[in-house]
Amino acid sequence: MITNMLYSLGGLLLFIMGLFALIACSHPLRKILAVNVMATGVFLILIATAYKQAGAGEIDPVPHAMVLTGIVVSVSVTALALILACRVQETSNRSLSQQRKNDFTGAGE
Amino acid sequence: MISFDDPSWIVIPIILPLAAGLLCFLTRRWAFAFSLAASLGNLLASGILLKQLLSVGPLSYNVGNWKAPLGIALRIDGPAILMLLMTAVTGLGITLYARGYFSFRISGQKKIGRHERQERFFWPLWMTLWASLNGLFLSADLFNLYVTLELISIPAVALAALSGKPASQIAAFRYLLVSLLGSLSYLLGVVFIYRTYGVLDLALLGSKTASGAGIGAALALMSVGLLLKTALFPMHFWLPPAHANALAPVSAILSALVVKASFYLLFRLWFDVFASTITEPALNLLGTLGGVAIVWGALQAIRQQRLKLLVAYSTVSQLGYLFIAFPLAYLEKGADIWAAVIFMALAHSCAKSAMFMAAGTIFLHAGHDRINDLAGVRSYLPVTVFAYAIAGVNIMGLPPSGGFIAKWLLISSSLNSSQWWWGLIVMAGSLLASVYVFRVVSRFFVIPEGYHVPDRQPHSPLLEWPALVLALVALLLGLIAPYPLHILETGSSLFAMVSQKGLLL
Repeated sequence: MITNMLYSLGGLLLFIMGLFALIACSHPLRKILAVNVMATGVFLILIATAYKQAGAGEIDPVPHAMVLTGIVVSVSVTALALILACRVQETSNRSLSQQRKNDFTGAGE
Repeated sequence: MISFDDPSWIVIPIILPLAAGLLCFLTRRWAFAFSLAASLGNLLASGILLKQLLSVGPLSYNVGNWKAPLGIALRIDGPAILMLLMTAVTGLGITLYARGYFSFRISGQKKIGRHERQERFFWPLWMTLWASLNGLFLSADLFNLYVTLELISIPAVALAALSGKPASQIAAFRYLLVSLLGSLSYLLGVVFIYRTYGVLDLALLGSKTASGAGIGAALALMSVGLLLKTALFPMHFWLPPAHANALAPVSAILSALVVKASFYLLFRLWFDVFASTITEPALNLLGTLGGVAIVWGALQAIRQQRLKLLVAYSTVSQLGYLFIAFPLAYLEKGADIWAAVIFMALAHSCAKSAMFMAAGTIFLHAGHDRINDLAGVRSYLPVTVFAYAIAGVNIMGLPPSGGFIAKWLLISSSLNSSQWWWGLIVMAGSLLASVYVFRVVSRFFVIPEGYHVPDRQPHSPLLEWPALVLALVALLLGLIAPYPLHILETGSSLFAMVSQKGLLL
């Protein structure tokens, strides 16, 4: 019971830390990491749900299946977020350098 | 060939768009043909499911014949079939419009080939999005619903970024983060539920209702997550940039269908599964937020200078009406309220997609969507302007539109349950809506002096007519009002119960 509680509270703590970072940090990469930390927190709580002491009966397989599915979802969403963040970075850099060039040559007004 | 009575028809609305989406990835040339076939097949399958529902009542189906605790159950009842039909009709319209949109050739050296590139990715993404939407409406399992929520947000975000403009990419990134936060909050709620009850099936959960701190926290987490995705005030901040900067068919999809999916799930959870744990303050809170959303969204829409942003803020405002119904459902006999919510969702879905389509057509021809410079559009796009005006009639809620029926039901039940202030907000919202609709429509019709009618660029009829047809469907929804009500009553046992006794707990 203690172990279960410890892991669950740890998961909840991770979720809250991730939530704080998601709101407080402005860098896109940090935001993506924050979402991943939150997801890990939720998975940890799920795993703790399935915890049973040795010899206390069969382990419930449903939370494990849910965590596996959740990890797959989280990996693919992270990939999409990374691509999108890279794209945003590229276009904003490009428009920035374009702007500088225009300022330099006096064009673009 | 399976017979028409076979319950396995329920998987067709999920499999068909998914298969079409995969085929679109493989062969680009036939992408539109596959998508159109899937849209028509989906409409047919929804019709057959409706027929089954009316003859034998709610259906459920275990995928792969695995039973409830382990397997994934699909089920269909009144609200689900109405959402499915709404998606089928609006989706067919959007599919046709998208064809017209992408076959429009923009002149200008840098822009040549842009539509071909966008179209290549549009069809597979749209079809997978459609499959996940149908999956959400048909799922009967909390965790499966989480998966469909994520499956919806992935193609929705990719579609929002499709236009390639920096503004749309930034908006899409923010949209992705918000919807991830929403999904994770929902998932944490699901975990709490599983810890308490040990089941995820909606029907099993409904029979095990008990209140407690754990359930309250779980419901709060799930609701906040879904409200974020539904963009209820003050969590609407991501919606206008994401919807306004996307391509026109994508804006129509996002505004008409995607926000409805998370709302539908929220609605089901509150009034179906956890009806006994809902308290009055919680309902009043949602109603208040909905009321603020109506006024705030409408005021913002009036202030906008760009047409697509105006239409996007109008979505924020219209979503508020869906939440006004929550506190009314608590005291009043439930039937009217359920009908009001469903009517609002159906009418808004058709009207708003028509509005975004019309705005997109105008954008393509004029090359911009600054409202002040759009005078005289009716001289070269009469059908589109007509469609916009008809959709506007719906948004304002004039008879005989579906929007009128919904608002009428809301106002009358607010008076019957002596909560007149909700009715007042509904009326104020309609007044404000007429301001932002007429502001644009009057501009369309004014032809300034010395106005030179631009050469009409050739375009496919698909660019104009789907919007008009959808707007007319929304307008005529009021005339067939008893029929959807009949479907609701036969479909949901809970609805029948609520309509007799109200939600007095």
